Amino acid sequence: MKIIIVGCGRVGQTLAEKLGAEGHNVTVVDVSADRVKYVTDQWDVMGVVGNGATHEVQLEAGIADANLLIAVTNSDELNLLCCMIAKKESNCQTIARIKNPDYSKEAQYLQNELGLVMVINPEYAAAEEISRVLHFPSAIKIEPFGKGRVELIKFRLAVDGQLKGLSVKDMMAKFHPDILVCAVERGDEAYIPKGDFVFQPKDVVSIIGTTKNANKFFHKIHYKGHTVKDAIVVGGGVITHYLCDILDKSDITLKVIEKDEKICEDLAMRWPNISVIHGVASEKSLLLEEGIERTSAFVALAQYDEENIILSLFAKDAGNAKIITKINRTDYDSVINKLDLDTVVCPKNVTASSILRYVRSTKKSHESNMLTLYNIIEDKVEAAEFLVGEGAKIIGTPLSELKFKPDVLIASIVRGKKVIIPRGNDVIEAGDTVVVVTTDIAIDSVDDVLN
Amino acid sequence: MNFSIIRRTLGWLLLFEGIFFHLPLITAAIYWEAEFFTFLICIGICAALGGLCFIKKPKNTSIFAKEGFVIVALSWIVISLIGALPFVLSGAIPSYVDALFETVSGFTTTGATILNGGQIDGMAKSLLMWRSFTHWVGGMGVLVLIMAFLPLSGARNMHMMKAESPGPVVGKIVPKVKQTAIILYAIYAGMTIIQLIMLLCGGVPLFEAVTTSFATAGTGGFFANSQGVAGYNLYVQIVVTVFMALFSINFNSYYLIGRGKIKDAFNTEVRAFLAIFFTAVALIALDIWLEPMIFSGKFEYEYSLGESIQHAFFYVSSIISTTGFGTVDYTLWPVFSQTILVVLMFIGACAGSTGGGIKVSRIVILSKAGMREVGSLIQPNRVKKITMDHRPVSHEVVRSVTAFFIAYIAVFALSTLLVSFNVGIDSTTNFSAVASTLNNVGPGLSAVGPMGNFSVYNDFSKFVFIFDMLAGRLEIFPMLILFAPTTWKK
Repeated sequence: MKIIIVGCGRVGQTLAEKLGAEGHNVTVVDVSADRVKYVTDQWDVMGVVGNGATHEVQLEAGIADANLLIAVTNSDELNLLCCMIAKKESNCQTIARIKNPDYSKEAQYLQNELGLVMVINPEYAAAEEISRVLHFPSAIKIEPFGKGRVELIKFRLAVDGQLKGLSVKDMMAKFHPDILVCAVERGDEAYIPKGDFVFQPKDVVSIIGTTKNANKFFHKIHYKGHTVKDAIVVGGGVITHYLCDILDKSDITLKVIEKDEKICEDLAMRWPNISVIHGVASEKSLLLEEGIERTSAFVALAQYDEENIILSLFAKDAGNAKIITKINRTDYDSVINKLDLDTVVCPKNVTASSILRYVRSTKKSHESNMLTLYNIIEDKVEAAEFLVGEGAKIIGTPLSELKFKPDVLIASIVRGKKVIIPRGNDVIEAGDTVVVVTTDIAIDSVDDVLN
Repeated sequence: MNFSIIRRTLGWLLLFEGIFFHLPLITAAIYWEAEFFTFLICIGICAALGGLCFIKKPKNTSIFAKEGFVIVALSWIVISLIGALPFVLSGAIPSYVDALFETVSGFTTTGATILNGGQIDGMAKSLLMWRSFTHWVGGMGVLVLIMAFLPLSGARNMHMMKAESPGPVVGKIVPKVKQTAIILYAIYAGMTIIQLIMLLCGGVPLFEAVTTSFATAGTGGFFANSQGVAGYNLYVQIVVTVFMALFSINFNSYYLIGRGKIKDAFNTEVRAFLAIFFTAVALIALDIWLEPMIFSGKFEYEYSLGESIQHAFFYVSSIISTTGFGTVDYTLWPVFSQTILVVLMFIGACAGSTGGGIKVSRIVILSKAGMREVGSLIQPNRVKKITMDHRPVSHEVVRSVTAFFIAYIAVFALSTLLVSFNVGIDSTTNFSAVASTLNNVGPGLSAVGPMGNFSVYNDFSKFVFIFDMLAGRLEIFPMLILFAPTTWKK
């Protein structure tokens, strides 16, 4: 697929890297020659320097035979203009990033009027993810599948938890949970555990199941979770804006700390129920005054990663809150993962996976359609949800008799309203949606799991 | 410095060279030559050495600019060291230094030889095939070929392509490095086959048609017999002339023509190349037509007007493309024409072609930079940016072009000095021999002219020429980086 990415910022770079790695022909466009050089030196993509919203530059980038244009510059207006001009020139599909809350309310209208296949909003997606975790704080991360009927939940084992030293088989025998362990992260390694896999303290475990069963499971293993009643949010940026919007009607009380008075006033005017504190969040005394020791959740959404990390570590140390940290740069993932942070939210990755899912699902086949794609462990383990079609080879045979590739797991089957956590004698039928967990990054169709 | 990835890439290189040896092997089988076993041994050596490089798996596969440079320089040295073996093992060239000179001359598409006519005519056909095939492999670059076939460590191998491909700015023509390498080789192979067919139509025997096509495509200059192109009819000479010129134009232009972007294909560099080409042809044709008549006092033409144009075309094409094929002996021409040919040696072909020399695009940038300097003396406050094809040429590029030019002159001067220790050889020969090897042309003037060869030099001078040929093909810096002590620090 020929893909043009306009804008080489954080999101653009992540997209260039991931789409390029999946074998697509990617051309990036940016006004800054230095940035284009950086991207083309780093990844196997081509670069064009210029304003991506001009006809000439788009032609040079090869819009005439491109399949997809993704506009992810910093300016919403420019992104929309890029897509409009691209649409005039060729019949390629267009995706625009919109982050300004004013436009994002009208995202659906803009999408229809301008013929966009997708509108992406990294900040909104991040806010949604934060809200999910706040409602289910036992988890590091929650990803809904099957229209929300099944959830993929990631959590970290406690040092002296119930699962310590148990193998997956023992755990199943002891607790009989109606969930499936689908991935384990230990240091830099990622595993799709087999029956004899033994848990160790501090492992990050991903399970899949219904919310009810997952709660039961957590209860059985005495996993300490608490409900979040209030949260301190640091920073009043766009993500905070969306988060306020989402949580305004919920039972979680928010307290936002922001240093810019104008932003404070704006937030206070829009959401009178939310307490907006004007002050510098990096001041320890202010945090203590606002009750960082007592709050049940702490969300660091300041501009700089360093500030977010330091504040989160402090909050962890000072109290017993659920910590959520926003990270923009993923280069130092390996170090950040070793820190004692709970949930790390990375807006650009959230966006990249939604675009990757779209790109993969355009390879339509009669066997299956990809519905959702989710990175359980960055670049290592992936969960993909497929709608199984009539032509798929996987249907009609009990799972124990199918020959799967190594490191592939059928994690759940949703049939109508019924959720099946698959065992060996279950059979997949046409019309089911199945969630596949795999280390084989880049499967496009459900039959790719077979040998 | 990531030594493990360098070792791994050299392993691939050796395996590829083992594959290259199959062509002369087949030739030896067809002509029932004893060299069959020589090549069999060489293939065994490549497989064994290459296999050794694969024993340990590299942990770190990242290639940065410095690794790219070192891999390219070492690859070219290793491929030449092994490529010289068939000549020595078969006894055709007993001295290893001579064999290495011949092989480096082949891979770098220089075409300078230490063999005299009799030795070439007496050589086994399989060895001649290998000699010409080295031109074809070296023309587009052996690492580019490996890239076209192998999924090497992802995006970073653009650094290798940049180090191996000629020109001040090496870009991709399609988003993927691998795809770019495949397209370039497809154009290269396609044009070689067209030339082969056209030569066959002209009645050239298959063996000579194949070797001549290889030598033309790589803009090399080795010929499979002592006669050279002069032994063929006018049609064949014209075909060779045209293809030498075609192979010295940037291959990106052919891709653009294929995509229907004719206007983009004829960019500044190609237009400058054509202008230089036709000016040189006109000047030389007039000179060799008129001068003998006016100044010799004989009042008769050495060549007819038609012949003058034909020879002028042939030699301008042969020299500017840095092929170095010969027909008549141009060392007998007027000095003016010979000087033009020497100037053309330095200018060389377009960037992104298989030719050598400084490259037309660098000449264009250098002249524009020079003109800007003069302009800034007249109007010191005027802001002027160097542009090419309506795009600004970045400061980095201008800087690297001037640095290249300085390094080029330095290598040239130093080489001429080192070669001058060789007693009994006149300075014209020395000067032109260095110019010819550094620019990958082949023949020079005087004793190393189209009718002479490099066997007049001693082994020390031959090593200087070997270095010059590699430095010329790889555009100086990859060879110089090998001498920087910091390169080898862990």
